[in-house]
Amino acid sequence: MIRAALALALLVLAPSAAMAEELLAGLSRNRVSISANFDGSEILIFGAVKREAPVAAGRTGIIVTVEGPRVPLTIRRKDRVGPIWINDAAMEVDAAPSFYAVNTSAPFGDILNHVDDLREAITVDRAIRAVGVVDTVPDPSAFTDALMRIRAREDLFQTNIGAVRVREDTLFDSSVSLPANLVEGIYTARIFLTRDGAVVSSASSAINVQKVGLERFLYTLAHEDPLVYGMMSLAIAIAAGWGASAAFRYF
Amino acid sequence: MQIYLPIAEVSVNALLLLGLGGLVGILSGMFGVGGGFLITPLLFFVGIPPAVAVATSANQIVASSISGVLAHLRRRTVDLRMGVVLLVGGLVGAAIGVWIFNILREMGQVDLLVRLSYVLFLGVIGALMFVESLNAIRSSRAGKAPARRRHNWVHALPMKMKFRTSGLYISVIPPALVGVLVGVLAAIMGVGGGFIMVPAMIYLLGMPTKVVIGTSLFQIIFVTAFTTLLHATTNYTVDLLLALLLLVGGVIGAQIGTRMGGVLKAEQLRILLAALVLAVCGKLGLDLLLRPAELYSIAGVAP
Repeated sequence: MIRAALALALLVLAPSAAMAEELLAGLSRNRVSISANFDGSEILIFGAVKREAPVAAGRTGIIVTVEGPRVPLTIRRKDRVGPIWINDAAMEVDAAPSFYAVNTSAPFGDILNHVDDLREAITVDRAIRAVGVVDTVPDPSAFTDALMRIRAREDLFQTNIGAVRVREDTLFDSSVSLPANLVEGIYTARIFLTRDGAVVSSASSAINVQKVGLERFLYTLAHEDPLVYGMMSLAIAIAAGWGASAAFRYF
Repeated sequence: MQIYLPIAEVSVNALLLLGLGGLVGILSGMFGVGGGFLITPLLFFVGIPPAVAVATSANQIVASSISGVLAHLRRRTVDLRMGVVLLVGGLVGAAIGVWIFNILREMGQVDLLVRLSYVLFLGVIGALMFVESLNAIRSSRAGKAPARRRHNWVHALPMKMKFRTSGLYISVIPPALVGVLVGVLAAIMGVGGGFIMVPAMIYLLGMPTKVVIGTSLFQIIFVTAFTTLLHATTNYTVDLLLALLLLVGGVIGAQIGTRMGGVLKAEQLRILLAALVLAVCGKLGLDLLLRPAELYSIAGVAP
């Protein structure tokens, strides 16, 4: 079963350009279903480096990132006004990833240079700052730091150094764990091959995260037929209240 | 047992939610409060987004209130006539409350205002009830009969009406005004308003404690049902799965609570409710005064 799924989902991803080294990568699954008992999921990303020539000199690095759909959000800071703490300064972010995981084969300092990180927005830090931050506060970096801190605590932003296993500079695999509090949408997996810190090849693939079954039904009804949904909620509440009362009569 | 909630978009423990619903249901049956002022903060604590917590707890309160009212109806401790008068006032008040709420939202800081009004109302009501019930217990120990039927300004108003179940013959103006006040607060604070209505009925209208609880629940059903529909159609924040888990616990709890309430004495019941109200007030007050562990918070922007 698992093997069949693996074979089915082994999508050979288009390499970015014809180069001496090319990345071939696949995902264990390109669809994640959120059902009522959904409790997180794991995605295995694997592949190989295809070469026409012998391994070039220099250090090989593999970096895998998975990014969730980008959503606008507001970051607020509490400040002391008189004796009480209230929400005061706020910063709007146009589009921040709802999930971001980055797995590497070695520490960033060894396998990724600053310029390529800037260009590809690979580290969590860059991926967040790359988004449109509306500067409405004097110290926006304090706010993005807070965003990263809070999201990291919820496992929504992850940096896993050494989580990509590389064999003989050619085969690699890594698993990314998706937490239970996922947002629906299209997730993007990116794989980078670096040599001496410079990105030499990359590939990407989409993962479709979707609610299914009862979850799908309730979500759709709530948004498309809110009055019916509201009435249904009330009907269930009334029935439950009456039912419990009737049942307890006999005790 | 983890369960994924479709609207809240988080995964939580189903048994924990059943337990929370049961706890609040017991309080609801015992004291005649909907429990909104308790369940909403508890849901925040579990990790449910605030907007979903507020809307869904309204739906849950409908269920536990119905369960409680039916139990009270069988014991003939619901003053239906009084309930209708309160309800008419309540609906008018809710409309006014929504209007005030929108004005405040445009000004910003509605969050703070809601918290401040919680602290203020819970504190004042809790303290008053606590002192009053302590006095009542002391005087009943001393062997004096409690002074019932005080004649105050309430009895001097026109448009008198007989409320047989409560044993009252008073003007409809005070109960209607109480209804309006509760409606306004319910809309602003997102609660059923039982914790304000119960003391108002006892101390302002002079209704017997036993009748107060059933009557308060009766009125809460309609106010919270209205709120649920409003949230479902405008904000899409009612989570049916979450509500279902909470109300299964809630309706059973309400039945148990009603039985427990019948065993305890009125003064004891009141002092317990007072202690509960004061505890919640203290917690909310501390949150405002102490430096929070995390100064920053993230809020989604509605699409």
